[in-house]
Amino acid sequence: MAINLSNSNIATRENRIGSITGYVGTLKDLATQSSCGTLKGCSRCFSQSSTCLSSCGLSQLAAIRDVAVIHHGPAGCSVTGASAYYMSKVMAKKRGVTSDTVYIGTDMNENDTIFGSTETLRKVILEVNKRYSPKAIFVSSSCATGIIGEDIDSIVEDVKEEVSVPIVAVHCEGFKSRIWATGFDIADHAVMQEIVQPPREGVVSNKINFKNFFESARPEIIEIFKNFDLEPVFLYCNSTVEELSHISESLATTCICGTLGNYLGNALEEKYGVPYIRSINQCGIKGFETWLREIGKVTGRSEKVEAYIASEREKYLPQIEEVKKELKGLTAVLGMGPGYTFEVSRVLDELGIKVVWALAWHYDKKYENGDVPPSMKYLLDNDINFETSVSDQQNYEVMNILNKYKPDMYLSRHPGSTVWAIKNGTPAIYVADEYMIFGYKHTLEFAKSILDAVKNRSFEENLARRSKLPYTDWWYKQNVDTFFEEAK
Amino acid sequence: MAKLLDKQRYKCALGAMQTVQAIERALPVLHSGPGCAQKLSESTGSSGYFSPNIFPCTSINEKDVVFGGVKKLNSTIENALKVIDADLYVVLTGCIPEIVGDDTQEVVSRFKDSEKPVIYAPTAGFKGNNYIGHEQVVDAIIDQYLEKTDEKEKGLVNIWADVPYQDLFWLGNIRELEKLVAELGLTPNTIFGYKRGIENINKIPKAEYNLLISPWVGLKNVKKLERKFGTPYLHYKTLPIGATETSKFLRAVAEFTGVSKEKTEEVIKKHEDYYFYLIERYADLFLENRVINKQFSVVSDAHYALGITKFLANDLGLVPAKQFITDDTPQSYREDIKKEFKELNFGIEAEAVFETDGYKIHSQIKEHDYHGYPLILGGYYEKELTEDLKGNFLNISWPVQNKVVFDSYYAGYSGGIRLIEDIYTIAVQRFN
Repeated sequence: MAINLSNSNIATRENRIGSITGYVGTLKDLATQSSCGTLKGCSRCFSQSSTCLSSCGLSQLAAIRDVAVIHHGPAGCSVTGASAYYMSKVMAKKRGVTSDTVYIGTDMNENDTIFGSTETLRKVILEVNKRYSPKAIFVSSSCATGIIGEDIDSIVEDVKEEVSVPIVAVHCEGFKSRIWATGFDIADHAVMQEIVQPPREGVVSNKINFKNFFESARPEIIEIFKNFDLEPVFLYCNSTVEELSHISESLATTCICGTLGNYLGNALEEKYGVPYIRSINQCGIKGFETWLREIGKVTGRSEKVEAYIASEREKYLPQIEEVKKELKGLTAVLGMGPGYTFEVSRVLDELGIKVVWALAWHYDKKYENGDVPPSMKYLLDNDINFETSVSDQQNYEVMNILNKYKPDMYLSRHPGSTVWAIKNGTPAIYVADEYMIFGYKHTLEFAKSILDAVKNRSFEENLARRSKLPYTDWWYKQNVDTFFEEAK
Repeated sequence: MAKLLDKQRYKCALGAMQTVQAIERALPVLHSGPGCAQKLSESTGSSGYFSPNIFPCTSINEKDVVFGGVKKLNSTIENALKVIDADLYVVLTGCIPEIVGDDTQEVVSRFKDSEKPVIYAPTAGFKGNNYIGHEQVVDAIIDQYLEKTDEKEKGLVNIWADVPYQDLFWLGNIRELEKLVAELGLTPNTIFGYKRGIENINKIPKAEYNLLISPWVGLKNVKKLERKFGTPYLHYKTLPIGATETSKFLRAVAEFTGVSKEKTEEVIKKHEDYYFYLIERYADLFLENRVINKQFSVVSDAHYALGITKFLANDLGLVPAKQFITDDTPQSYREDIKKEFKELNFGIEAEAVFETDGYKIHSQIKEHDYHGYPLILGGYYEKELTEDLKGNFLNISWPVQNKVVFDSYYAGYSGGIRLIEDIYTIAVQRFN
């Protein structure tokens, strides 16, 4: 990948790394087609709502402490501000810090779509700067401002001297990409452009950048890394601008989810030579160990890592083996972002649960460095295959699959998806916390949680018996790819 | 004109997908970007028969922006009719199709002979906020779905009140208002919530009266209903909360619809007797606590600001400080609404401030002398501020993070009691 930090616009995942949102087949076919370059995703002539890339991008930025996000557009776009406010307050409180991050809208109206409103935007930026003295300012576009051609880059350039803190234009037109994860890349790009500074001379660091969502396992990871004399820097939730400015000095970058961290990891490597840990992720035993060993290798701490692995194995493996006996033979369908679905499939396989169908909300044919994603490579190398589809949270497709396969469980990571499985009578496990399957301890908890969910199906049965599903019988008789058309 | 929207408390017009969502078996079909529905929905209480993540959506992409999204809209509606079992399909437009000039109306008209009704409401985000969008949806139902009829049903009253989902208590409130109206011997008709839906929509033209309970939202709709069906309307501006206002409300409705005085007073007496039985028992709580002072502010839309101000002033004897109206009320209604805040017992007048900039609201709250601990009823944004001021905070308006509400309500006599319970549940946890 060649990242261009002189331009505030970055290409979408579709254009940059050939990501797709429509496919039905098998894992092996998907991988073979990706590696020989014949994979072409499909679009749909019927779809249901999914997610806006601006929600992903700007929520990431608004998680940084004491910054201002200014979302130039109608009030619906900046409605994220309400949840961003709540999140920044509760997340800071959890850490025992404070955050005065603000998320401002511009409530653009019809007149503005005709006459433009860059002058108002300029005033808004200056006023927000005066009111809150933020440590950095992110100015984002929306669909409406993008289409009418509001030049937010020029405005940002204009006010740069007046605001005296890093300020950057962020291009978040929702129509740009069907892949909301493009928003993560957009946020990373903005951080790389204006916040991250070159390493200071002579600084010796034992830090490791850790890109995650909500740092729920923070205290635990700090403890683990003490064993290796490494200090994790969690990004971006509760990060400060000062911390971010020095992430170029870290020993390495790792992430909890390849989809989330891929752009930043590669950009830091390319621009500042900070190695990006490319391994399967930390979910499950195999994943955790592979990941730790890679960190050991990259940071020169292999011995310490091996000692830690040995002691933890002794403690947890017998317990995990015990639970596995009860899980054996259960079947699962899962629907998650690609950064998780192919990792969790691996863990399920490890636990003896049979994956009958895995949906990925999108699929990256390759990562920024051109490789096939490591999670896919692992499954193929280990001869694990199952039916697979790529679907941007198209719930009607999920329901069609659940109805046909009637698995013992459905696992999902996205709000609004598990309820539908339950209404179908399928127990659902909401894998929302990114650390839910992290390492030995949480893999054990995850296995036990599955057992609990499958054991007591009262809620599912009570609700399924009494609720009518909104999909027609006609739809349940169709193939899952009925509405696919050749990608245009 | 664009403006600085700090601590925003409303959504855009497309947020009216929640108005559609509140009509049982009515399905929003969005002609918009892929993520609008998710942004505009609530994270809890949205997993009903239809949920936002299954609303059909054209998910407009870059090519549609250039070449138009008409074809995609056509196939989305066509297949929505096949895949999803609904009674009414309401196509809602977002910003993009309205800027690039897609003729949505023409596409929707292609479905006029389909088995199920398909209508269309223009709700581009830049056309206004979700209060305006709510009116657009109701207008679309009146204009495109309802048919003229000579048939009138004696005593049938359409009731219009809260904006669903934007108002936390929409479901409970409308049910309570129905109950009160029914007690007068009238037949209430509403379209939102459990088992109302298309059948009740069909009854709208047959009503003898329309009853609008709202300072301004919906006035446009009842006027339209009057023009189209000749149905007279009563515009009752204050959401009745507690005894004083609810009794006043019942008398006004009775007078408008010709219900006898005797019957009305009988209903009122029954409610007031029980209400004051409760109030008398808990008067000790109101008088003898060390944390609630007389002065309060409400930060909410006009509907709640007015309703709660009148309740706390006229029923509980509290004294209104500034009241902040955050719904971006259209200018033409503002003077009239301000006047309503000046008609309180003992000649007390409240100052209503129309303000959408949360920073300015917070500055004014900080500057005001509440004669002690302030009582603030507002959005989640006021929580930290009120804590800093050592005051008491109740989350009654959007955004809501402090409360889960299934079908609770503040309307009516017992709604007033619920509100008192909520306020004093907070108060009793403190001691000064």
